[in-house]
Amino acid sequence: MRYDSLLDSIGGTPLVGLPHLSPGPEARLWAKLEDRNPTGSVKDRAALWMVLAAEKEGLLRPGCTILEPTSGNTGISLAMIASLRGYKLVCVMPENTSAERTQLLQMYGASIVYSPAAGGSNEAVRVAKQMAAENPSWVMLYQYGNEANARAHYETTGPEILADLPEITHFVAGLGTTGTLMGTGRYLREHVPGVQIVAAEPRYGELVYGLRNMDEGFVPELYDDTVLTSRFSVSAADALRRTRELVSCEGIFAGISAGCTVHAGLALARRAQDAGERADIVVLVADGGWKYLSTGAYSGTLAEAEARLEGELWA
Amino acid sequence: MAIEVRIPTILRTFTGGAKSVEGSGDTLDALIADLDAQHAGLRDRLVDDAGLRRFINVYLNDEDVRFLGGLSAPVKDGDTVTVLPAVAGGMR
Repeated sequence: MRYDSLLDSIGGTPLVGLPHLSPGPEARLWAKLEDRNPTGSVKDRAALWMVLAAEKEGLLRPGCTILEPTSGNTGISLAMIASLRGYKLVCVMPENTSAERTQLLQMYGASIVYSPAAGGSNEAVRVAKQMAAENPSWVMLYQYGNEANARAHYETTGPEILADLPEITHFVAGLGTTGTLMGTGRYLREHVPGVQIVAAEPRYGELVYGLRNMDEGFVPELYDDTVLTSRFSVSAADALRRTRELVSCEGIFAGISAGCTVHAGLALARRAQDAGERADIVVLVADGGWKYLSTGAYSGTLAEAEARLEGELWA
Repeated sequence: MAIEVRIPTILRTFTGGAKSVEGSGDTLDALIADLDAQHAGLRDRLVDDAGLRRFINVYLNDEDVRFLGGLSAPVKDGDTVTVLPAVAGGMR
């Protein structure tokens, strides 16, 4: 396939069956491989749409500085796009995110401001909002509340999935900014009667939940729970186990959040089987495993990996 | 048998530091009332007039109770209930 530039090649990712993990021919799982985007994650879609929207609104002009709280993928996508379109990028990232993410961001020319590990991305959001107030000329795209994030998925991810699998019964994706689920979910609900839109949320380490008080809690502005039909919390052990099964059973080397969506997808597949219903379940694979190799998620026994990852994996 | 309830760090001041406590009831609402009788003040941190507090997520056997009927969600012995604060986590 031929494209005029790298940015034109974002999206259009493959949907591949998971014949070995699927419980049977009537209860099938399909993986939407978002690691096939230019910087290796689903975030290329949201980053591109947020930048294009800000350009259209006149917020971004050549030479502008973009500021964004991110624990990795969005930052890497924005860094690539910013370098091609002539913007500077400042990422606010929790200090415990993996070395690969730091190196990728620096390679694309982004600057990194670290926020404390305790409090995870919550802290990164707080620090970024403070920096935005102190630097009024900077443009914070703010993925958690930017409608173009969800719209990217309404306009691209949703239609791609429907075209490839009109018989879809369930869509499962991770719940972060909620953009993927809100955009894809709204599109699919408008076109597929009865489709289930399911969030698979990783259960983070204690560090991430280390709020000083309950008022510091955070729900992304994009989140609208009426788009979802259910929401699962997936333990680190289950996520790791499924991530490894993706490699050993299907040959797919994915990031850990894919283990969450596969785990929830399999639970839904079994439910459908028990009820005697057909299920064609799309699970979103947000990224590949490359950026997480240094965390130790893929080496040693599951128990060893789980122990190593407490406080490391999610931020 | 009883229902195991996992408590997040921030609320363990109400449970004497315990990570997990046990309770009983037919619905989440009844379970929370039972917990409050053992750990005074806990209910107030989980529930307000509108239902579950905005920054509180409660999972019944790993599924968000907001999609299972909220406070009316049926619970039974052997279930596991996990309480977590709503935070911006993940790999974004």
